[in-house]
Amino acid sequence: MGRIQLKQVEKSFGDVTVIPPLDLEINDGEFVVFVGPSGCGKSTLLRLIAGLEDVSGGVIEIDGSDATSIPPAKRGLAMVFQSYALYPHMTVRKNIAFPLRMAKVSAEEQEKRISNAAEVLNLTPYLDRRPGQLSGGQRQRVAIGRAIVREPAAFLFDEPLSNLDAALRVGMRLEISELHKRLKTTMIYVTHDQVEAMTMADKIVVLQAGIIEQVGSPLELYHTPRNLFVAGFIGSPKMNFIEGAEAEKYDAHTIGVRPEHIDVSETEGPWRGTVGVSEHLGSDTFFHINGTGLADALTVRASGEVGLNRGDTIFLTPQADKIHRFDRQGLRIG
Amino acid sequence: MATQHSRSAARFMMAPAVVLLLGWMLIPLSMTLFFSFKKYLPLRGDSLGNGLDWVGFDNYVRFVSSSSFWPSVITTLLIVGGVLIITVVLGILLAILLDQPMWGQGVVRILVIAPFFVMPTVSALVWKNLFMDPGNGFLAHVYRFFGATPVEWLSQASLQSIIMIVSWQWLPFATLILLTAIQSLDSEQLEAAEMDGAPILSRFYHIVLPHLARAITIVILIQTIFLLSIFAEIFVTTGGAFGTRTLTYLIYQRVLESQNVGLGSAGGVYAIILANIVAIFLMRIVGKNLDA
Amino acid sequence: MARAVTTQRKTINTIIAWAIGLLIFFPILWIIILSFKAEGDAIKTPIAVLTSGWTLENYGVVQERSDYAKHFFNSVILAFGSTILGLIIAVPAAWSMAFVPSKRTKDILLWMLSTKMLPAVGVLYPMYLIFIELGLLDTRVGLVVVLMLINLPIIVWMLYTYFREIPGEILEASRMDGASLREEILYVLTPMAIPGMASTVLLNVILAWNEAFWTLNLTAAKAAPLTAFIASYSSPEGLFYAKLSAASTMAIAPILIMGWFSQKQLVRGLTFGAVK
Repeated sequence: MGRIQLKQVEKSFGDVTVIPPLDLEINDGEFVVFVGPSGCGKSTLLRLIAGLEDVSGGVIEIDGSDATSIPPAKRGLAMVFQSYALYPHMTVRKNIAFPLRMAKVSAEEQEKRISNAAEVLNLTPYLDRRPGQLSGGQRQRVAIGRAIVREPAAFLFDEPLSNLDAALRVGMRLEISELHKRLKTTMIYVTHDQVEAMTMADKIVVLQAGIIEQVGSPLELYHTPRNLFVAGFIGSPKMNFIEGAEAEKYDAHTIGVRPEHIDVSETEGPWRGTVGVSEHLGSDTFFHINGTGLADALTVRASGEVGLNRGDTIFLTPQADKIHRFDRQGLRIG
Repeated sequence: MATQHSRSAARFMMAPAVVLLLGWMLIPLSMTLFFSFKKYLPLRGDSLGNGLDWVGFDNYVRFVSSSSFWPSVITTLLIVGGVLIITVVLGILLAILLDQPMWGQGVVRILVIAPFFVMPTVSALVWKNLFMDPGNGFLAHVYRFFGATPVEWLSQASLQSIIMIVSWQWLPFATLILLTAIQSLDSEQLEAAEMDGAPILSRFYHIVLPHLARAITIVILIQTIFLLSIFAEIFVTTGGAFGTRTLTYLIYQRVLESQNVGLGSAGGVYAIILANIVAIFLMRIVGKNLDA
Repeated sequence: MARAVTTQRKTINTIIAWAIGLLIFFPILWIIILSFKAEGDAIKTPIAVLTSGWTLENYGVVQERSDYAKHFFNSVILAFGSTILGLIIAVPAAWSMAFVPSKRTKDILLWMLSTKMLPAVGVLYPMYLIFIELGLLDTRVGLVVVLMLINLPIIVWMLYTYFREIPGEILEASRMDGASLREEILYVLTPMAIPGMASTVLLNVILAWNEAFWTLNLTAAKAAPLTAFIASYSSPEGLFYAKLSAASTMAIAPILIMGWFSQKQLVRGLTFGAVK
């Protein structure tokens, strides 16, 4: 079981409020991602759940019982740290065994769970090495192994992939998702990378300045962002925002169109501009369009390779049903 | 960055060290302060049990106006100043030399550092007898070999002798710290200066010396604190005779030899104030470094 | 990288440096040489000394006449006893300051260091009285405590600087893994800090071994360590060069060897981390 509820949880350091009171419910077995720019309080929120920081107010419930003042060791949660936080003086085996040793699990049971975890994580050949002799990806797996042997109520991940290089990141992302499918244990995952959030989460919690901007499934956030911040944060490349006369045509203060929802033509369309920088990814091409008079620059996506060069004139047509409308306060209309 | 639980644990675990040091500092210190305002001559029957006479600032006045006070201050200054000049100047030169490429660098460094590990009583006694003895000492033999009359070091040149002994002990400290500092100097800086056409002396003056400034300050402050209270070297060699009575030694004599505790305590308070003035400067530098 | 240096320059450096190094080391070398000479030879001219025969008898005589082993043993007890006691008190304190810093941590650290700067002579008589009152005069227990107190600030300080290099996340990980505070310090922090602790021990043993104010003033025959024992040679009847040399050699040899191993830590410990 791993249902976690935050009720009016807040945190301040001295006079500085990092997290104003917030409510959040995490269901058993859910993969929840906290995402937001750095300094948004997502890591602090995770540490509050872990018990590594005290809440300044509010209640944290784990499986229906108040865990607010229970020390981290007793909450039945496991955490994977950004720096992996492996014990450098212990072998991989001892690292993974450490939580079991602390819980006074019998030797045979320890051995069983360790070899199980090692197999799942492909660590069997490395069990007698020290962390210093492992690659970044392997260390990451040891940290995960240390977490799963405890059979915790929930896993907490604090930006676990940010120290890996890009290629490894994609691989580990899949492995963690895979692990979640198999274990069906609650996972709370903190990242600043919205791609990680979109690809892994059942539920995304978008945070800014300690405030929850929106909670929802990846596609909900993509299709119906609740406000300008979420609209701009989720999706890559960023959504285009247009204010002024053009927005008023749609009865809004600001309208937003994702680059993939703008059709490109060399001959006709309501918006006209010139091609600036183009980024060729092979499968897609992103154009930065200048001189539309709508915004500084618009980004549009074209499938495959399109024969447009810098300085060419281009016509753009937004897909009418994919236009997001926001009011003066930046909140979604409709 | 922590929970209430760990914060209270931290306070609890810090307590023994804090309490012990607080006691170590306050109890003897307040006793010294107390005695310094009292007439306290244990040999004449004064004791804490019988009650001590309050004499106000008498002891303070008498300590300063005694005929041995100013000579002891001057002796202290000469020893501290002399040792500081010798160790810092030679220390810089030695550090630069040891930083140069050579064969057996590690061994030379060990040879140079060795005197620091010799206990003060040993070094004082060995210098006094094996080297400075006018009859059989090593230096006497050398003098005679060249047809000169051996110097009676510890009586004729007592102050110089003590400065020399203490410098020998502290030169390794200065060298080691300055060497560490020099090694952190970016060699590209020196090469850039060389490209800019700076001759060797001005490279030393404009680049090496400023880089060492902080380390030199630290060497001076730390050595000053230790040198102000050198004891064994004088205790073993001259026993404070022949103009080698430092402030520390004068206080020691007042307290333990002539058993005038009140007077000695007043001297002790002066010594504590003096040491604190130096310590404040040192603490400032150390404190600044703490933020990094 | 510095450019290649000519062999000629390197040779000159080597010669000068070795000459100065040997000059500085010479007194120690001379002590060692004289300790292996007959008493009658030891006072001769340097050339005569070097050409005379070698003997081990001084080492035996020193032990016979003055129970050298007892004083050596006292020194060992004082140096290691005070260091271990200091470590037991300092580890928890340094843990607190390094991993649960508060606004006052820095002030407390600096205050601790400042106690190290008090001139001992200023509190000589009070300590003397306290020692008499508590029956600690000329006991090893009393001196162990005093030497521990003198070096406690340095021990706390050194451990603090070493602990600060250990990432806090690792300790948090152990907390998440269910370790109690005691287990965290015992199984995670201590093994990781072993190199730092070893150098702290080394430096403090050296400092305690060579301490020569309290050991001279608070001991007599019974608890006197080597510092006080050697000082007793300053009386005229003790003027035997060879024996003095033998006693001195034995007194400084262990610390000389330890010192050579602890050069780096020495800088860090004695400058309170201000020079690294």
